[in-house]
Amino acid sequence: MRRSGMGMGILVSLTIALMSTAALARSAAFKNNIYDPGQLKPVDSALRVRVGEPAPDFTLPAITGEHITLSRFRGSKNVVLSFVPAAWTPVCSDQWPGYNIVKDLFDARDAVLLGITVDTIPSLFAWTQQMGELWFPVLSDFWPHGEVADTFGVLRSNGTAERAIFIIDKAGIIRSIMVGDINKRPPLEDLIRELDKLGDS
Amino acid sequence: MGHKKAHTTLYLIAVIASLLFLDAQAFGFKTPQNGDVLPDINIPVPHNETERDYLGIKGGKFFQIPRIKAAVVIMEIFSMYCPYCQREAPEVNRLYKLIEDDPGLRGKIKLIGLGIGNSTFEVEVFKKNYGVPFPLFADKDFRFHEAFGEVRTPYFIGVKINADQSHQVFYSKLGGFGRAEEFLKLAVRLSGLYEGGAP
Repeated sequence: MRRSGMGMGILVSLTIALMSTAALARSAAFKNNIYDPGQLKPVDSALRVRVGEPAPDFTLPAITGEHITLSRFRGSKNVVLSFVPAAWTPVCSDQWPGYNIVKDLFDARDAVLLGITVDTIPSLFAWTQQMGELWFPVLSDFWPHGEVADTFGVLRSNGTAERAIFIIDKAGIIRSIMVGDINKRPPLEDLIRELDKLGDS
Repeated sequence: MGHKKAHTTLYLIAVIASLLFLDAQAFGFKTPQNGDVLPDINIPVPHNETERDYLGIKGGKFFQIPRIKAAVVIMEIFSMYCPYCQREAPEVNRLYKLIEDDPGLRGKIKLIGLGIGNSTFEVEVFKKNYGVPFPLFADKDFRFHEAFGEVRTPYFIGVKINADQSHQVFYSKLGGFGRAEEFLKLAVRLSGLYEGGAP
């Protein structure tokens, strides 16, 4: 009896978990354009950097045609790196459009945002066009494939990136790492709270 | 005994696997259509006194939409993360202003928004960014969204609330509603707000 109750508990928990994540990416902006990969292993990589270490420098092409080098912000801006797994997938399509309306929150914390995926520039360009005009650079870590994601330790075994956020201060030091469940969008307040900590030091 | 255990395990696996292919509608949650009643959801009573006054909700921790003091409620199911919701926000605000500026409609038609998958913080960001003048409610765990059949966003539902507290949906549609003036006329007509004579 106790065992069957436990089984039912597991069943109910699984049902709630499945239904809650299936509900993401429901904006009509992406209707019929989203490939749903289903439930994925929450995290599928091992970090190669730690809080307190200097962030590995990189240069990546942006969809605007320019190349962005991380170290160019050193001494002037805090940097938020937002890795998302892949273009045209459910949760990712539901993340950056939110960041797009909170430039003021980043500005108030002297921070810039860099969005990164392992997709090609044309794919990223087409995908982000659905989001409206983004105020932050969108970078392609396509070739050498996922090299930057791998350097940070957020390249998954299938070649996509984790849903991860790195906060790097003006001295180029990693101050916060958030590698979340790939199936869920991280709450905005978590990111803002971490950014606020930079001001405390 | 061993066989029985194996059968139970297989049964559980089969049920869980089948759940992978089900959505909210398969669990009996369907999007209310014209003539339907709303799903029975409990919304937290706002802390903000102005919003409580607007809704005409007094006391309690939760309320149901038909308890709102209005003849018509127009609800928007939205998300802070939805580009179309962001684009529509100024027009929805204009709808609110048209209603509030019309002495014949003010107090009779009320607006609310449900921010699906949004935390309270995220709903507040949306409210502040777009200067949304009507109450918005967070649905962080997608419970309201599930109850409404997991619609895409933005989704608008118009509800006529009768004097006896019964209610019927008269508008249920995905996407923006176009120009606020035309939508307001449509809502007044479809809801039968002025049946029995205009005020």
